[in-house]
Amino acid sequence: MSSCSSPWSTMDGNQNDICGQSANLTSNPLYYQFGLDNPLFGMGIQQPFPPSTSPFGASSSTNIPHMDWKPAMMLDNLTFIEEKIRQVKDVIRSMVDNGGQLPGRTGDIVQQQQAVNADLTCLIVQLISTAGSLLPSLKNSSFLSHPPAGHMDMANHVGSSSSMVPYTTISEENNEVMCSPEDYDELFKGLTDGTVEGGIEIDNVLVEEQDTKDGDEGGDAGMDGENLLPGSYELLQLEKDEILAPHTHFCSICGKGFKRDANLRMHMRGHGDEYKSPAALAKPPRDASTEHAMVKRYSCPFVGCKRNKLHKNFQPLKTILCMKNHYKRSHCEKSYTCSQCHTKKFSVLADLKTHEKHCGHVKWLCSCGTSFSRKDKLFAHVALFQGHTPALPSEESKVSDQVGRVGSHQEPAKLTSSMGSFMWDNSSGDDTVLDIKGLDSCGDDFLSTANFGSFNFSFGPLDEIKGNPSEGSFAMLPSEHFQSVREKGEN
Amino acid sequence: MAMATHHQPKRCRFSPAAPPPPLASLADELIFLVLDHVAAADPRALKSFALASRACHAAESRHRRILRPLRANYLPAALARYPSASSLDLSLCPRVTDATLTAVSGSAAPSLRAVDLSRSRGFGAAGLAALAAACPDLADLDLSNGVDLGDTSAAEVARMRRLQRLSLLRCKAVTDMGLGCVAVGCPDLRELSLKWCLAITDLGVQLLALKCKKLRTLDLSYTMITKECFASIMKLPDLQVLALVGCVEIDDDALGSLEKVCNKSLQALDISNCQNATDEGVSSVVKSIPNLLELNLSYCCPVTPSMVSSFRSIAKLRTLKLEGCKFMADGLKGIGMSCVSVKELSLSKCSGVTDTELSFVVSRLKSLLKLDITCCRDITDVSLAAITSSCTSLISLKMESCSRVTSGGLQLIGKRCSHLEELDLTDNDLDDEGLKALARCSKLSSLKIGICLRISDEGLSHIGKYCPELRDIDLYRSGGISDDGVTQIAQGCPMLESINMSYCTGITDHSLMSLSRCAKLNTLEIRGCPRVSSSGISEIAGGCRLLSKLDIKKCFEINDMGMLYLSQFSHSLRQHMWLAEHDHCTFSGYYA
Repeated sequence: MSSCSSPWSTMDGNQNDICGQSANLTSNPLYYQFGLDNPLFGMGIQQPFPPSTSPFGASSSTNIPHMDWKPAMMLDNLTFIEEKIRQVKDVIRSMVDNGGQLPGRTGDIVQQQQAVNADLTCLIVQLISTAGSLLPSLKNSSFLSHPPAGHMDMANHVGSSSSMVPYTTISEENNEVMCSPEDYDELFKGLTDGTVEGGIEIDNVLVEEQDTKDGDEGGDAGMDGENLLPGSYELLQLEKDEILAPHTHFCSICGKGFKRDANLRMHMRGHGDEYKSPAALAKPPRDASTEHAMVKRYSCPFVGCKRNKLHKNFQPLKTILCMKNHYKRSHCEKSYTCSQCHTKKFSVLADLKTHEKHCGHVKWLCSCGTSFSRKDKLFAHVALFQGHTPALPSEESKVSDQVGRVGSHQEPAKLTSSMGSFMWDNSSGDDTVLDIKGLDSCGDDFLSTANFGSFNFSFGPLDEIKGNPSEGSFAMLPSEHFQSVREKGEN
Repeated sequence: MAMATHHQPKRCRFSPAAPPPPLASLADELIFLVLDHVAAADPRALKSFALASRACHAAESRHRRILRPLRANYLPAALARYPSASSLDLSLCPRVTDATLTAVSGSAAPSLRAVDLSRSRGFGAAGLAALAAACPDLADLDLSNGVDLGDTSAAEVARMRRLQRLSLLRCKAVTDMGLGCVAVGCPDLRELSLKWCLAITDLGVQLLALKCKKLRTLDLSYTMITKECFASIMKLPDLQVLALVGCVEIDDDALGSLEKVCNKSLQALDISNCQNATDEGVSSVVKSIPNLLELNLSYCCPVTPSMVSSFRSIAKLRTLKLEGCKFMADGLKGIGMSCVSVKELSLSKCSGVTDTELSFVVSRLKSLLKLDITCCRDITDVSLAAITSSCTSLISLKMESCSRVTSGGLQLIGKRCSHLEELDLTDNDLDDEGLKALARCSKLSSLKIGICLRISDEGLSHIGKYCPELRDIDLYRSGGISDDGVTQIAQGCPMLESINMSYCTGITDHSLMSLSRCAKLNTLEIRGCPRVSSSGISEIAGGCRLLSKLDIKKCFEINDMGMLYLSQFSHSLRQHMWLAEHDHCTFSGYYA
């Protein structure tokens, strides 16, 4: 259980050591993964779970009989892992050999590296899920309730080395419950992606994070609304893989992963009646002891980042969710692309969804073709650039907009015929730039209606329209229609 | 004008073989000088000149700069006849359609610099686009009252890149987007009115202040602008006149937000009717505008000594308007202490103006030229004595309804202020002695002595004899006068332009007959004069060809005959108020 393998490192004690190592590890991803793997393997085989963590709290008074965690399955898993490792080793060995012979074929090497990376990721996931199956079974083990004192001391400095439950155990000296259920809960909520099921709380945190991002990055630590002195808080740093792990809760029986502990509890009901008791289903109670614990702050594992503890103007991240989102936004590939504009990319799904809410609602246009969702932003843009002028959304675009929307579902004929006259009426007077822009945005809108379903998880496109007739663009039609008639009269 | 074009071919046929007129040898510049001179004396002379010969017609066509057509459909012909016209005033055409404006562009008027569409409706963005294309040098555009004009129209206006003066008064549909287009498109704007443009907000005005640095005159009255854009307006380097009448969002907070801004160019500030501004805001804003010449605080805030003492920082102040303000104790005295350079002071309808304070102020403001103490009902002869003794160079005194001033006090005006050009004594205790004293004011050009029941023909005869410059006289409800007095005025004041004799029941056709000799008369109000008949009106119609405003309501003796004469001769007539009481008349002939 060296600090090297610990995903959670604290600032106290052997700080320099950790910093040095983490710097090394992150700067060389390949080495880092191997370095990380070995101790994990050892641990996974010999001592599958460290004694210092307890997911549901040892204070649980439920009398669930000792669950057999199916050693056979465990063994299968481990064999699979071993097999996988062997494969990877072979690949790497061949890489070493080939690397000497054919130094010019970099493309192949890159490909192989990617394959190795993928394999290793698979390995880690497998390991985590294997070890995760231990979690519920541990809660009744007697030694957990009375952890060795020496270990507790160490936990204070180093924290848990468990890689599958990336969560610190900061224990008070006389506390038999090493990890408070509350802490655990919060942590896991934070660790869950939070974007698919998007709870309100998580949204709030997201907004906060974005705000700080918008704000002056050059400011001092006070910009987070607090001014903590270095050392007055406990600093934690997760490694890349923990940050990016899709699941943080795993079923001990079937190995299925979950983002939230509550979902896991719901899932567990299917595994037997013992999981259906109110106590087993209850949210682990909040423990008072953690409230006196030190304030926690987080450091980004990316060396050179301002949020990394090695940076000279280091600004810690407030919550684990902040850290996850920060890491994804700043240091990960932006893999989510908006399906409407096909230009905006995001690395956090929630950001994409926020964007898609407003994408296509272009109200404020500049003559240069840039569009803004807010009027003040447009005016700031126009003020900044010489010769740019606010462009009025041409009526033609409005009209074809309506035609597009109407055409996508009902009775297009009547309305299009009445609107054709507007288009004709307009095309005489209006200007080229505007018209082109208008048609563009019209196309976007059309797409948006057609593609809407792909981002709505519960509804298909038709469901959406039928389900929310009042919210759809269709309901807006009469007033818009009226307006355009009026504006036509003006001309 | 239209008539002229119709008559022209006929006249030409009469002299086909005439020798070439000597006019052809004259340079255009000389002819134009002559024409200018002639037109100044009698505007109708130009028409006669144009009808004299083909050469005269051509010369007149080249000379005319201003077109003011009566009907929009004459416009193409008028533009074709007057190729060098630089100003097009469509204020007599209530309906101007897009087609009309397109026709303007069709007849190609690149010389047009100014277009006035302030009283016209029916046109839109397409017409303005045609105008912008046809008149690349357009510098002055008045779109006032264009309630139908929206942002698309404003975007077309923005294409007139050389625009220097623009009025969007009451263009309520123009929003920030339209204003933004104008701000970017017309960088040379000097003068802009956005009065009553209720849809514009701070954003648009901020952009305007950023893009149109040459703005000198800006009218933002009755808009919803707030503190946000106030500072950026005040940073305009050339801004000279700023009107913020009735801006409810301009409060002390906004006025006080100019801590570090110092606008040295601003000369006139009008924050009248800003209900939310108080003396504190005014005190703080004047510190930022040291070169202010004109300040209007009418109906704005109570006048406190502290506010008035802050006026010391605007030492050049010449005009101070405090209409309808409430004077706190010693507020008025403070003006005497702080604003010694004031030349024009308006205290009309103020409350709290007393004899002692007003006497003190006028004794300090020796150089006062214009004083308005309308409806200051507390002042007496004491104030008047002080005013007339210390402000002997007064050229304008308005003191309507100062009911406690006696005829003796009013005599002092004529005796001491002989430079007076404008005098308003409506509803005062004026008598013939007072008028006799006023005869000393030989430069008097405007005299309002309505509801002065004690004056008679004798007093008016003094005015007629000694005030030859008189242009405007108001005898409303001064029942003591009759034909003799009016005749005296008409004979002695050939420059007379406007006369109001409403409800002077002693007036008959004789008065009108004598007034018909005043060729410059353009306004005649004889409402409620039952003894005036059609023959009098016919005299007026024949003699006063410039008549543009005529009020003959309740003149029951006037019938179709008078109207026929008017329709024949008075082509300038624009406003006429008679209809309601004239059911027995048919005016069908008028528009023929």
